[in-house]
Amino acid sequence: MEYILIIISAVFVNNIVLNQFLGVCPFLGVSNKISTAAGMSAAVVFVMTLATLITYLIQNYVLDPLNIGFMQTVTFILVIASLVQMVEIILKKISPALYQALGIFLPLITTNCAVLGVAIIVVTKEFTFSGTAAMLNLPQALVYAASMALGFGLALIIFAGLREHMDLVGVPKPFKGVPIALITAGILALAFMGFSGIV
Amino acid sequence: MNKLSIITKGILKENPIFVLVLGMCPTLGTTTSAFNGLGMGLATTFVLMLSNLVISLIAGLIPAKVRIPSFIVVIAVFVTVVQLIMQAYVPALYETLGLFIPLIVVNCIVLGRAEAFASKNRPLDSFLDGLGAGIGFTLGLTVLGAVRELLGSGAFFGWKILPGDAMLVFILAPGAFIALGYLMVLFNKIKKA
Repeated sequence: MEYILIIISAVFVNNIVLNQFLGVCPFLGVSNKISTAAGMSAAVVFVMTLATLITYLIQNYVLDPLNIGFMQTVTFILVIASLVQMVEIILKKISPALYQALGIFLPLITTNCAVLGVAIIVVTKEFTFSGTAAMLNLPQALVYAASMALGFGLALIIFAGLREHMDLVGVPKPFKGVPIALITAGILALAFMGFSGIV
Repeated sequence: MNKLSIITKGILKENPIFVLVLGMCPTLGTTTSAFNGLGMGLATTFVLMLSNLVISLIAGLIPAKVRIPSFIVVIAVFVTVVQLIMQAYVPALYETLGLFIPLIVVNCIVLGRAEAFASKNRPLDSFLDGLGAGIGFTLGLTVLGAVRELLGSGAFFGWKILPGDAMLVFILAPGAFIALGYLMVLFNKIKKA
């Protein structure tokens, strides 16, 4: 039951882009075509889950016991940057097809604040299930990270679909490009607000 | 390039928010009021100036291959400094900005200035470039924060100036996107004129 709550809350209610404002740069940057958006989403699901697994373990078995919590930011970003690099190298060797599909998005993910953001949320925020607030345990944290990434993918793909249509209509000149994209995103966020209150 | 123009180009011609469209996450996430926007802008400016200064000092010593990771570590160190300072002296603001303080590390503006300017220029110029980009970012955040606060809660820097209820949606997530979108339209229009 908790897992279902985590998934619905992370994908729809607290959507990472439209509600938490994480990962807005790639959301605006790679949402011109649905196929690109799908590739980026897959890469984010993969990296975000893996990064959360590793940073969760580091926080609980290295930073906390040694009482060096202030090193969190430095450690996490280093872990994420090297993880992305490593995934890129491994993927190139074992699955060239997948590398072809995800390859160009991987370097972009290092500076995707959604990955670092979720890694930090998981180890600092308390979640409330059936009245008791507690930190997430490892399986819950992984489900949370994967659903956050799925929420990112969902928002990105819907938005790409909207933008593909927008190319076909005449947008007034000052609105062209980013401004109209932002306003569209605002309306999409309004639609997502309809989910609030579900969990 | 003279010193003054290094600072001023970050404010209008290369404004990080309205022209370069960088650092969108904190821009949308922290501007629920003018004061929060200002606080976030100042924290980012601090990191920008000092990381630009240090990176320009050590850029010659870093092998090209590990350039980006090294820059990120330098930036992360200053972000941690800001984090600790804010936690100690402005705990209320630290609580409101929350996650977005550590996320300055992955703000594209900071790494962007390090890569595009600080790694190729002299320390003083890099410091001023960071200052200019920081002022531009802070101005953008404060303006967006002021607009959202005025529409969303009828106040200006916490002073209630409009009577009655305001449009709450501008404090919430959708209002952030819409307000920034229309501000950009306005900026484009003014720049053309």
